Order: sequence, then C-alpha cells, then structure tokens
Amino acid sequence: MASRLAWGLAVVFAASAPFWMSGYHLYQGAQVLIYAIALLGLNLLTGYNGQLSLGHGAFFAIGGYGASILIVKLGLPYYVAIPLASAVCFVAGFLFGFPALRFGGLYLALATFALAVATPQLLAFKRLDFLTGGSEGLHVPKPGPLLGLPLSVDQSVYWLCLAVAIALFAIAANLLRGRVGRALVAIRDHPIAAESMGVDAALYKTICFGISAFYAGVAGGLDAIAVGFVSPESFGLALSLAFLVGIVIGGLASLGGVIFGALFIEFVPNYADQLTVYFGENAKALPGAVYGVMMIAMMAVAPMGIAGLFRSLAQRLRKA
Amino acid sequence: MPPGEMANGLAPGARPDALLSVEGVSVRFGGVIALDDVSFRVARGQICGLIGPNGAGKTTLFNCISRLYQPSAGDIRYEGRPLSKVRVHEIAELGVARTFQNLALFSTMTVRENVAVGAHACARGGFLANAFSSPQARRAEREIAAVADALIEECRLQHVADRYVGELPFGVKKRVELARALAISPKLLLLDEPAAGLNHEEVDALASEIVRMRDRRGLSVLLVEHHMNLVMRISDQVVALDFGRVIADGTPSAVRAHPDVIRAYLGSAA
Ligand SMILES: Nc1ncnc2c1ncn2[C@@H]1O[C@H](COP(=O)(O)OP(=O)(O)O)[C@@H](O)[C@H]1O
Ligand SMILES: [Mg+2]
Repeated sequence: MASRLAWGLAVVFAASAPFWMSGYHLYQGAQVLIYAIALLGLNLLTGYNGQLSLGHGAFFAIGGYGASILIVKLGLPYYVAIPLASAVCFVAGFLFGFPALRFGGLYLALATFALAVATPQLLAFKRLDFLTGGSEGLHVPKPGPLLGLPLSVDQSVYWLCLAVAIALFAIAANLLRGRVGRALVAIRDHPIAAESMGVDAALYKTICFGISAFYAGVAGGLDAIAVGFVSPESFGLALSLAFLVGIVIGGLASLGGVIFGALFIEFVPNYADQLTVYFGENAKALPGAVYGVMMIAMMAVAPMGIAGLFRSLAQRLRKA
Repeated sequence: MPPGEMANGLAPGARPDALLSVEGVSVRFGGVIALDDVSFRVARGQICGLIGPNGAGKTTLFNCISRLYQPSAGDIRYEGRPLSKVRVHEIAELGVARTFQNLALFSTMTVRENVAVGAHACARGGFLANAFSSPQARRAEREIAAVADALIEECRLQHVADRYVGELPFGVKKRVELARALAISPKLLLLDEPAAGLNHEEVDALASEIVRMRDRRGLSVLLVEHHMNLVMRISDQVVALDFGRVIADGTPSAVRAHPDVIRAYLGSAA
C-alpha cells in the first residue's frame, strides 16, 4: 500500500517535471529515466536471477547504434527503429545467455567484462564505417514533437522516455510478481533445488538474459535520440561499470532501487566533476577520488543499497 | 512391462506394478564406489525405508533418481520408463518430489513463495503471459496460491507463512521443504533424513504424518532415515545399503534380523 503510494507520487512528480524544468535539467531528467531502464534490465539479470554482467554497456551500444543506423541510413522513424534495435538486443542477449550457462559467477563476470572492453573497438572498426561512421560516430536527428503536440524537443524526449520507462517498469513488476519471478529468484537462491522443483533453469536464464539485454537496448536507443549522437567512446567499460554501480548503490533485486541508482550515476559523477572548477587544473584526479569516496560512503551507510535503507527505515517506523 | 524383466533377479516379493525400479545402478566418484550394482523396487502406495550407515550411498541414490547424478551403469525406471534421458527439471513434472538432507530452500523467499515454487510445474504461463498479466497467467497464479495455502495449513505453517525462510528454525525449515515437495503433487516422494534434528515427540508426529500423506494421496515414499524405530514402524519394505551395496531387502522385521544388517550397524557404531 505504502509502496503503491510512493510509486504514484513518483510518477506524478516525474510527469510534471517539464512544467517546471527546462533545457539542460530536463535533458538530465531524461538521462535518469534512460539509466533507470538500463539498470532495471541489469537488475533483472544480476539482482533477481543472480547472473553477474560487467558488460551491459555492450547491449546499450547495440540499442543505440542499431536505432541510429536504422534512423540515419534507412530513414525509419525512431518509434520503429528503437523497437527493432531492441529486438536485436533481445536476440543477442538470449544467445549470449547460452555460453553464460556454462560460466558461473566470476567467469561470467570475466566474459561480460571482455564484451565491454571489445565494444568500443568493434564500433570503430574501419570496415563498418559505412554503417557506424567509424570513430566519428553518427549524428541522429532529434525526434519531432510527441503526438503532434506543441512541445519543445526536450519536453518530447523527456515524456517519451517517461512513458517507455513506466511501461517497462510495469512489465518487470508483472513478471516478478508471479510464477516467472519466483522461478528467477529460486534459480539465484538455489539452482539445484529450483530445477528439482521443475524450473527449467537453462530456459529461464537465457530468456532472462535476453530480456535484460532488451531493456538495455531500449535505453540505448532512447539515449541515441536524446543525445542526438552516438560514438564509440560513449559505450566503453566505464558505462558498463556505471550500470553495475547503479544497481548495487540503488539496491539489488529492487525495482525502486533502480531509480535511486539512476539518480546516483547521473548526478554524483557530475557533481564530482564540478569540484575541479574550484580546485583548478591541478585537481584532475579529484572527481574520480570523490566519486570513489561517495561510493564507499554509500556502501557503509546502505550496504543493501538505498532501497534497502528505506526498507529498514520503514520497518523501524512500523515497530515504533 | 518389458519382456525379460522377471529374469534379471528381482527381489523376492517385488510386485510387478512397481512405481520405481532401480536396476543394477552403479555410481563412482574417482576411486570411491558410492553405489555398486544396486537393484530394488518400490511398489505404488508403499513406504520403502532406505537404511544404511553414513556414506552407504543413500543420498547418492536419491541424486540419481532426481537426475542430479548420472549413474555409470544401470537403469532407473519410473512408471516403467527409463529416466536416463529425462532432464532434471522434468522430474517434477513426472511426479517425483524430494527433500534434501542439508536443506535446500530459497532463503530470500517467504515460506509461501517457497511452497509456491513447488507448484511451478503444475501451472502454465511463460514470460509473455506473465509480463502482460494475461487472464491465463492470473488464473495460474490463483491456482498456485490455492495449492500453497492448503499445504501451508496441512503442514502447520500458517504462523510463519509470510516470514523469510532464512530466519526460521531448523525444524520449521524441514516442514517447509516437505510442503514444497508436496506442492509438486508427487506420486513418488523422496525424503532424505526428515527426522534429523527432531525430538522424540516430533519424530512420532512425523511418522503419523508420513503415513497420513501416503494414505490420503496414495503416493509412494522412499524414506532415508537413521531413526530405526521410525523406519521399522511405518515402512512396508526396507532396503539396507552398506558401502554402496544392497545387503538386505524385505519386510522391516526380516531386514532388522538380517545378520549383515546387524553387522553393518554394529560395525559403524564401533
Ligand atoms: N559429489 C560427490 N563427490 C564425491 N564423492 C561423493 C559425492 N557424493 C557422495 N560421495 C561419496 O559417496 C559415498 C556415499 O555418500 P552418500 O550417498 O552421501 O551417503 P549417505 O547418504 O548414505 O550417508 C560417500 O563415500 C561420499 O563421500
Ligand atoms: Mg545422506
């Protein structure tokens, strides 16, 4: 009940943002929503199903580049291009899920890490220049006004991201509530017992990988039209690691945590960057250090993530 | 029944309508022979006790039946059909349920959710149906909830139904495992030391519970237990293992009096 109220308030708050925010702030708001979608996908995989991925930036890149190529080279509208690119991500994730069945734990981390490392190189690959634009990247036209309403580009992009995020959160919540969600968590908690109870673990794990990649792909596609540009450097290891930071800081296996995680990875590195302004050029390493300290502080204060912190606060309130 | 089966050395008194027949099963782990040419049968509706000192191979046999281990030789038939090609998750659908000697619960889930996972195979509805909360998925969910509720009551778990399993005492966890196994609606129930850690009265209660479950559901039970009293009192048939070999197979009183069984137990007690 309380959580429904919280979600309702969050949606109203988020939907009203374009009325009192504009320009760069609204753009940041869209980024938070985009990250939230990607984190949601990663949390389904890692938080709920227990499969560690250090390479979700790769699926984000496939979504981003896929949508951009379809828009720029084939002239498709974004509302066709993004779903198509995301479907490709689903297939890619599903297929990656098969070798993932054989690598447990740290080996899977390493395999996905390799994916993250290889992505920028593949995107800059010379032979594919005609599609990807090579190291230059691709410029993507911004979408027109949403539903033909008299909106600015920023408002259109923001509301589009919000609508997609709400739909994808609802789908994830449905999935997790019932038989499928229980099976995913059972596999994480005790794979042998789950299989002995009739859960086809291989099927669930590969489909979960596909869905997770699909979410990352949608986020990547939205990111491409929100930024208006894709280039290899934006999809490096740092992005994949930011996603992992986001789900851990926000709270593993928590839908609400994904929002906090998205806020964290959007704003904290930015604030850390701004510190350089005060300390001048000598403080080049400072943002990284501040970001690191913030992460350690978060883990000390909220070892179960921000969502975990709220849960235990709520429990204490109920007991008091 | 396939022809020629009577010829391969059935235990005397084994009935032809066996639900489970273990035929010459051997398992080795490196140099250790955990099971050595084990054969016996479990008839429908019967309780079969499986006894033997620690390390005799009882859990290994369970793991073969639930397809976690692949025997290096021999065959296990269930309802007359060989299990060698059946995948682990298909075992539940066939109606074989088990509990684990060292609890294998889903520790971050509630008691109710754990039991509901047991009903997983009884319902349909995949990712798409669940994602869009289709009528079919909602109906399946209601059915699963009803099964879970009934078993929670039957296994006296109402007071902890919404607690996380990880925080419950050992004895309660064992009951949750039992309820989860029953949610499969099994025809064959494998219980691996269900009385471990229980006191006298609890063991008595468990004994009548197992008999009642069998009577009500008509299921067969394969019961691994160290509590000789419990096994001898409720079993229709007892199979004794020692060092991976069947040393006795028959009625409780016959097995109890068997010289090899007495020797195995005296030996292990020494
Ligand atoms: N996975 C395994 N790897 C190696 N040895 C095993 C394994 N499982 C069982 N064993 C060995 O097989 C023998 C039988 O063990 P087990 O079936 O657990 O006996 P019981 O359940 O009768 O106490 C023991 O010697 C045990 O060490
Ligand atoms: Mg054992």
